[in-house]
This record gives sequence, C-alpha cells and structure tokens, in this order.
Amino acid sequence: MSLVEVRKFVTIIEEIWHEGGPVAATPLKVGAIAAVLKNPYAGGYVQDIMPMMDALKPFGLEMSKRLIAALGGEPKKIEGFGKGAIVGEAGELEHGALWHVPGGYAMRELLANAKAIVPSTKKVGGPGTRLDIPVTHINASYVRSHFNAMEVGIADAPRANEMVLILVMTTGARVHERVGGLKASEIKGEDGLR
Amino acid sequence: MKAKVRKLIVSVEETRREMGRDIVPPTRKAAAIAVIENPFAGKFADSLDPLIDIGEELGDLLGRRAVEALGIKPNQAESYGKAAIVGEGGELEHAAAILHPKLGKPLRAAVEKGAALVPSAKKMGGIGSPIDVPLGHKDAAYVRSHFDGMEVRVADAPRANEIVVAVVVTDSGRPIPRVGGLTKDKIEGKDGLK
Repeated sequence: MSLVEVRKFVTIIEEIWHEGGPVAATPLKVGAIAAVLKNPYAGGYVQDIMPMMDALKPFGLEMSKRLIAALGGEPKKIEGFGKGAIVGEAGELEHGALWHVPGGYAMRELLANAKAIVPSTKKVGGPGTRLDIPVTHINASYVRSHFNAMEVGIADAPRANEMVLILVMTTGARVHERVGGLKASEIKGEDGLR
Repeated sequence: MKAKVRKLIVSVEETRREMGRDIVPPTRKAAAIAVIENPFAGKFADSLDPLIDIGEELGDLLGRRAVEALGIKPNQAESYGKAAIVGEGGELEHAAAILHPKLGKPLRAAVEKGAALVPSAKKMGGIGSPIDVPLGHKDAAYVRSHFDGMEVRVADAPRANEIVVAVVVTDSGRPIPRVGGLTKDKIEGKDGLK
C-alpha cells in the first residue's frame, strides 16, 4: 500500500474586491488546497523518514494541479505561492518538513519553473488547528506587493495520526498594495530574489 | 517612541524532548511582541509612512529583546521571522507598511549579518488571534533544517484600533532534522540563499 493515504481534500478560494479602499477592477484571488493524510510515522520515533518524501512527490504535483484548476486553470495567472504542514499529535515536527521538497518543487515546475524559494511554516496541532501560510512572489522573493499570507485550517483534522499538507497560490498583489519596494514589473528573474 | 506601545511580551520556548528523545542542547525560539496603536484605524489613508517608521523602530526594539531573551550574542542567532496581526479597524496593508520597508535592517543588526530574506506572515484578526511566524535561516534561506514556525498570540490584542507585531529569533533549527538538504555548516552566506 502506498505511504500516501488521503482522507480528504479541502479547497478554499478567497476573492478579494476591496479592503476599505478603492474597489479592484479584477479581484485578487487567494486559494489554498489542503490534504488530510495518514502520518505513516505517527506513534513512535522513526529514524529514516525519507521514503515518505519520495512518495509525496507525485502527490505534490496532483495537489498543485488541483489548486491551479480551482484558481481558473491558467498557470500564467498565478503570481504568489506558499506552503505549510500541520502534524497531528502522535507525530513530530520533522514529519511536516517532509513537505518541503515535494510541495515546493511541484509548484515551481507547474508554474513555468518559478525561480523563488517557496515560503513555508509548520507546526504540531490538533483538529481545527489553523496555520498562517506565508506567501511571496513566485519569481522574486523581494517583490514587496506580493508578500501576503493565508490562514488555513480544517475542523476535523489533523487527528493524532494524521497530517495536513497545504499549498497556497495567489493571482496578484495585496488588494491595496502601496508601500513601495521592488515591483513585479521590475523583476530581473535571475536569482529568485529580485 | 513613535509607536504608541500598549504592551510588550517576550516568550521563550525551549524544547528538551521530542518524540521521546533528549534534545541536547535544547532548541530555543524567542518571540518578542509589541501591541501598538494603529494610527490609521477607521480611515483609508494613501500614505502609510508613519507605520513604515514605526516598523524601523520595532525592528530594533523587538530584535534586541528576542536576542536578549535567548541570552546569546547576536552572532549566535540562527534563524528569524516576523509577522503582524491588524485589528479590525485597519487593513492588511498596515501590516505590510510595518513589516517590509524598514523593519529588516535594524533586525539584521540585532542578529548580525542576516543575508537572507526575513520570512513573514500577516493577517487581519480579532482579540486573541494567533499568528504563525515563519522561520528561516538568517544567512541562507535554503538551509532545510531551519525551516520552521512559531505560533504567537496575545490574549487581549489586537483590539480594533491596534496592531500586534512579532519578531522571532532562534539559536537553533528543528529538534531532530533529518530530511536532507542544505545544512548550516555548508552555508556560503553570500547571496542569502545558499
């Protein structure tokens, strides 16, 4: 049996028109996909956890595809991304770290080999725990207008022997971005930073 | 001070056991948090410059407080992160104004160097809202053992006209890192990435 055993998927799309200021012509979309998986290493210390990282690679691609589809199906319209993991109480923080490679590389691959590092966070928590997923521009981490975050959580997960793996994508800048800094139009696109 | 600070909170987490194993020396994370008045609560303003200056002031104050709380020399800091929660009278952009233009420079001075991007998160929230502060190595964003997060929360903040600003500094990575990737002894420390 595969190490990747899914109990449920949750997809959330926020469409943001304004936040007290001018109404946007095109709303910002901020979307998340979360998967509730069985944690194969819950319950005791396991030294070698790398098999799960490999098992998650195709799964990361599947989740990325689902999220892009939920945001309209056009990879070119995705401008920001982030990822995170919540590990149920029978697991360990390190199990959440298994998501870095599969989640990050999958999104970058599907988004025309995006150059920036995918920002992330993780924690151990019970059912209903919420996680603030950091978001940055997909090609240049220092684009100031695209620094954002999305709070994600699932009422009945993670149970003790589960983990919740999350991807977030956005279609643009914060709706009232106006604090200067590097603009998306000025990206050099060489190092993933600027 | 330019910021009208209602309270400061410093919280240190020291992890001595993880998944039944001793962690020697313990991993440690310190959060320094300020609850400040939001000068723009209840009104839309085009220029957020006063918040940008407040960010500079808080980068210094909170960075130093976190390092002091760990009892370390600045160059012993290993990872960092920042976040803000804006009370309901404000907008998300107020968090961006505090966090992005000027907070980083004095924070980097407090931890010495800091070649890497300071990972961040932001959101709107009511009293008692928690926020997950993302963490990354201060000199090389790709150090995989140091990707982490710290949840912080102030029970009586943010009120509608307040903002909670948090800076986290650590002297260590995750307790039992074993998912491969770049390790801290291999840091080149030139571009902030590797």
